Formats: sequence, structure tokens, C-alpha cells
Amino acid sequence: MYLYDEFDRTLVAERVADFRDQVGRRMSGELTEEEFKPLRLMNGVYLQLHAYMLRIAIPYGTLSSQQLRILAHVGRRYDRNYGHFTTRQNIQFNWIKLEDLPDAMADLASAGLHGMQTSGNCVRNITTDQWSGVAPDEIEDPRIWAELLRQHTTMHPEFSFLPRKFKIAVTAAAHDRAAVKVHDIGLRLHRNGAGETGFEVLVGGGLGRTPFIGKSIKPFLQKRDVLSYVEAVLRVYNQFARRDNIYKARIKILVHELGAEAFAREVEAEWQHIKDGPLALDPAVVADIAARFRYPDYGRLDDNPPELARLRNTDRRFDAWLGNAVANHKVPGHAIVTLSLKPEGGPPGDATSDQMDSIADLADRYSAGEIRVGHEQNLVFPHVAQRDLPELWRALDAVSVATPNIGLVSDIIACPGLDYCSLANARAIPIAQELTRRFRDLDLARDLGRLHINISGCINACGHHHVGHIGILGVEKNGEEFYQITLGGRADEEAELGALLGPAVPYGQVADVVEEVVAAYLELRERPDETFVATVKRLGVEPFKERVYATH
Amino acid sequence: MTSPLEQKLRITGPVVVTANRLGDGAVVYRTVDGSWSTRLDEAAVVNTVPAATELLAASLADDISAVGAYVAPVRIGPGGRPEPGNLRETIRHAGPTFAAPTMLAT
Repeated sequence: MYLYDEFDRTLVAERVADFRDQVGRRMSGELTEEEFKPLRLMNGVYLQLHAYMLRIAIPYGTLSSQQLRILAHVGRRYDRNYGHFTTRQNIQFNWIKLEDLPDAMADLASAGLHGMQTSGNCVRNITTDQWSGVAPDEIEDPRIWAELLRQHTTMHPEFSFLPRKFKIAVTAAAHDRAAVKVHDIGLRLHRNGAGETGFEVLVGGGLGRTPFIGKSIKPFLQKRDVLSYVEAVLRVYNQFARRDNIYKARIKILVHELGAEAFAREVEAEWQHIKDGPLALDPAVVADIAARFRYPDYGRLDDNPPELARLRNTDRRFDAWLGNAVANHKVPGHAIVTLSLKPEGGPPGDATSDQMDSIADLADRYSAGEIRVGHEQNLVFPHVAQRDLPELWRALDAVSVATPNIGLVSDIIACPGLDYCSLANARAIPIAQELTRRFRDLDLARDLGRLHINISGCINACGHHHVGHIGILGVEKNGEEFYQITLGGRADEEAELGALLGPAVPYGQVADVVEEVVAAYLELRERPDETFVATVKRLGVEPFKERVYATH
Repeated sequence: MTSPLEQKLRITGPVVVTANRLGDGAVVYRTVDGSWSTRLDEAAVVNTVPAATELLAASLADDISAVGAYVAPVRIGPGGRPEPGNLRETIRHAGPTFAAPTMLAT
């Protein structure tokens, strides 16, 4: 966990007081909606189809059990007993009242939570690997750098009115779980030939209307330079990006139109002015931030304790869960456990207040009071002793978050879609729900292997459809919902955008088409361990297209 | 940003003016007597561009009761009652098309 200091607490408390005053003035009519809207958006308050929506930042997806209990409380007291974890490692409440928001924000502030910079044209919540600090394949905990960037960009006056929103993601592992190649800036910590640790800097990635994979503009950046270099990127973006057209204002368009090399030259020139100034990092500052991330005292435990083997041999459900939701930890005798927020028939990423409270209690008992949120809309316990896994599994199963479908066909990413969102053209959640019913057979899901279905209800791509192994995009045609389907996208270190399967299909046919695609994969794969994306990569979409459009 | 009043209205059938209530965001409809109601069957229904423009102008002027007023299509159902004219308005009127997760989970 990261421990906030007095400065953070004061800043959040002052913001609540400001917002209380602003809401009071809006309710009295002193402020018009035109005046008030930018103020509420700066605090993560949107107006959606049926109600206000509050988006709360969860920096780098790390939550304490105390924070999760506060989220449960906000859901219970001010909303409808549930929250929605998003693809940006945040949480949203969909039914909150404006008149209740100052009190809700004060309650959130008591646990260091807020909605600042979860909206608007600023640097948004900085995301990272949900296994940070515990993954065996990482170089170091990337959250230290995410926190440093968070502090630097929070209420940074130069970057509070950028041409458009700006998303930064950081990873430090060989396998990219943070999708850094589809962010405005992606930072990848790695070791160079001399054994030094530094960042590869990627820019101009992003999804939405015009998707791009990020381009590498700096293969190796010393850690001391990360703030100054990111600042240089932001300055070049701020200076040159288009403010005349909202659809062309993201950095990806600038990088594409200027070319990555020319963009890199502009950044380099700007960087030379500032790299040795106040932004050059003092190792003591980095060490201070690193020291505020606390890890549990793991103790000396052995891998594979006998309790596991006993239950594995006698309980097939436990064995399935252990093989699916439990990952290796960098400390022997420990494990990383993913909690599935994708039950059969459930809206992806939703958790009830009762579930959140139970999960917080279980985190205290089994995960040193720490929970992570992943961009796939699941939760993670990062510090579990392997000997506790049988007990933990029973407890998680009792609160319906132990479905062994992590990374499988029913572990679907979906945006809120037209059921909530004022931008959406089509529904996303009911499509996901139907697919989880069609693929309820977990033996089949395991046989299919890793298969990510990502669904967005509009071109803005909050459901990351471009990088789904199967991507589904809702569009509107003559008042009806239609869905474009893409195959072969992926968000990891080999990120690619999916290729269009063919003409859009109506709402009622989407699940049938996905079933056809999956059936085609089973026939086309060369061997059982050739993954879905590997098969699409080898064959292209044509054989899938032939099968699907022959029957629809 | 262009004001809704400056945008050209295109109307092909009966319409109402809808918005979200300021205090709680609830979906509301402009009524004949110039107030707001959460009931669609109490909405003022108009059929022409001038009438819709006038209704919208009055709604937008009432900035303190409701937010983001716009013209939305309706169908006239049994008994002459207006019903939402498209899926988006149906969802705004009736809520999400699936059960709340509180009902699905533990």
C-alpha cells in the first residue's frame, strides 16, 4: 500500500470544501449549468442517461481494505448498492444525486479517495500492472513511477487544459498487463545492455475513433529523467496538437501526422532545455516515495504446501480455480489471486456493496489488507499465502467472485454502453451477459484457452474493442443496434488492432456469430495449445468470415 | 459549443422536450404548464418545428430545475399516451435493460 502524506490529505479535503460550495451555488441558481459543468467534471461528476455518475480515481489500481469499505459505504448510502470497476482501474457509481455528492465526497476523502482528474482534458489516472510489486516477471515495482507522475501532474497548471485527455500507463514486467502500447504515453521499465534499469517511452497509442499502436520514441531513458521527458512530451503535445477539432486533438493524431521521428525530435529539443533543471529527479525523492509503498512481512513459507495438493485431488472445482485464478508470486509460498467480477449473467466489473465489504474483510485476513483493480475489470489479492488458498477459495466462492474464468472467453471487458452512458449508440452489457450464458461451460472455456472478448457501445472504445481477441463495437443504423466484429486484436507487448470480420450484425445475432467464430477456431487451430489470436494471426479473418457469413 | 437553440431541429413526428433534474439527475419531461414531470404521459407533445423550438427555448431558460434539455421523439400509443420514440429514450424512461447487480449477486 502507498501511504498518503498530510499534503495529499489537505488537498483532497480542500477540494471537497470547494465542491460543496460550488454545488450549493449551483442549486441556488447562482451558477448556471454552463459555469458549473467544468467544475463538476474536474471532480469526476458526469451527467449520464438517467442520473449523475461519479468516477473515483484508484491510482495505479491499488486499494486498501479501508478504501474498499468506503466505496461499499458510498454505494450503499448514496447509490444503489453497487459500483462498476472500469477499464481504467477506476470505479464509477451510476445513480448518485448531485445534492448528495458533497457528503459522498467527504466520506471518500476520509479514506484518501476523490474524483479529481477522472474527467477533463488533463492527465488522467495513471494506470499500471495490477500485479505490480509481486509479479515474478517484473524488474521493480512500477507504481513508484506512477505515483511520482501522479504527484507531478495533479493539478499541474500547464497540463490542466490540454487539447484533450491524456492517459499514461507504466509497466515493469516482460509481459505487459497494463496495455501500455495503447496509451498516450506508455512507459516500459526494462534493463539495457549495460544492466541499467530505465524506460522505453512509447507515444501516440490509443483506441477510440482512430486507433493507433504507440510508437517507441526513446528506447532507453534514465530513471532520473522520467519527469522531464514526460513533461517535454506534454509540452510538445500542448503546443502542436489540434484544438480546432475534438476528433483530431489526441496526441496519437499529432504523432501520426507529424511522424514519430519528427515528433521525437521536437520532444528531444524541448527536453534539452529542461532535463537538467528542477525536474531531474533527486534519488532521495524517489527513495522517499518508494519507502511509502509498504509490503507485508511475508515470512518464510514453502511453495506448494500439502493443504493444496490434498484439496486439488479431492475437489475438482478448487483444482479448476487454482489452475485459473491463482498466479505465481515473486515470494516463495505466496500467490497472486484474481477475483472474477464476471459471474455468469452478471454485468462485467460490477460489485455490490455487500461484496465489496466481504472482499475488504477477506483482504484483511488473507492479503495484508490490499486489493488491486485490473483493467480487465477484475480485482486482485496480491499477497496471499499459498497455505490459505483453500480457505480463501471457499470464502470468495461464497460471495460469487471465484468463477474460474480469468482470461477465458467469459472474462469479458464491457463498457457501460447504452444502458447508462450518454455517449453510447448501442448496449454492451446485455451482449456480455448473453455471451457468459452461451459460454457457461467452463470445461469448454478451458479448452478454448486464452480468449478475450472486448465490447464497446460506441466508437470511443471504453471497452477496448480494437484490442480484444474478439472485439465487438456497437453502432446505430437507422435507429437499430448493430455490431461490428473484429478478430485478432491484442493489448499486450505484441499489441495489434483487430481486423474487421465483415458487415455489422444486428443485436440479436451477435452471440450466434461469436459462437460461430469460436467453433471455427476449434476446427482451424493446428493443435490444442495454439491460441485463438495465434490462429487468427496465422490464417487471417477470411476462414472465419466464410463460416460466419455462410450461415448469417 | 453550439446552443441547442442554434441547432436546426428536424422533426418527423411527435416530440417532447426532456432533460435531467438538477438535484438528482432523474429523467424529466417538460409539461404543458411549464413545469417538469418524471412521467412521460404528462409531457407536452408537439408536432411542428416552431412549437418544438418554443418549448425547447422555455425549457432551456429554466436552467435551475433541469439540465441539458433537448427534443426527443415519441410515438403515440394506446389512449393517445406518448411512448419513447427510440431505444435511447426507452432506456432513459425505463432504466437499464437488465436487472441491477444487487439482484444477481449473493
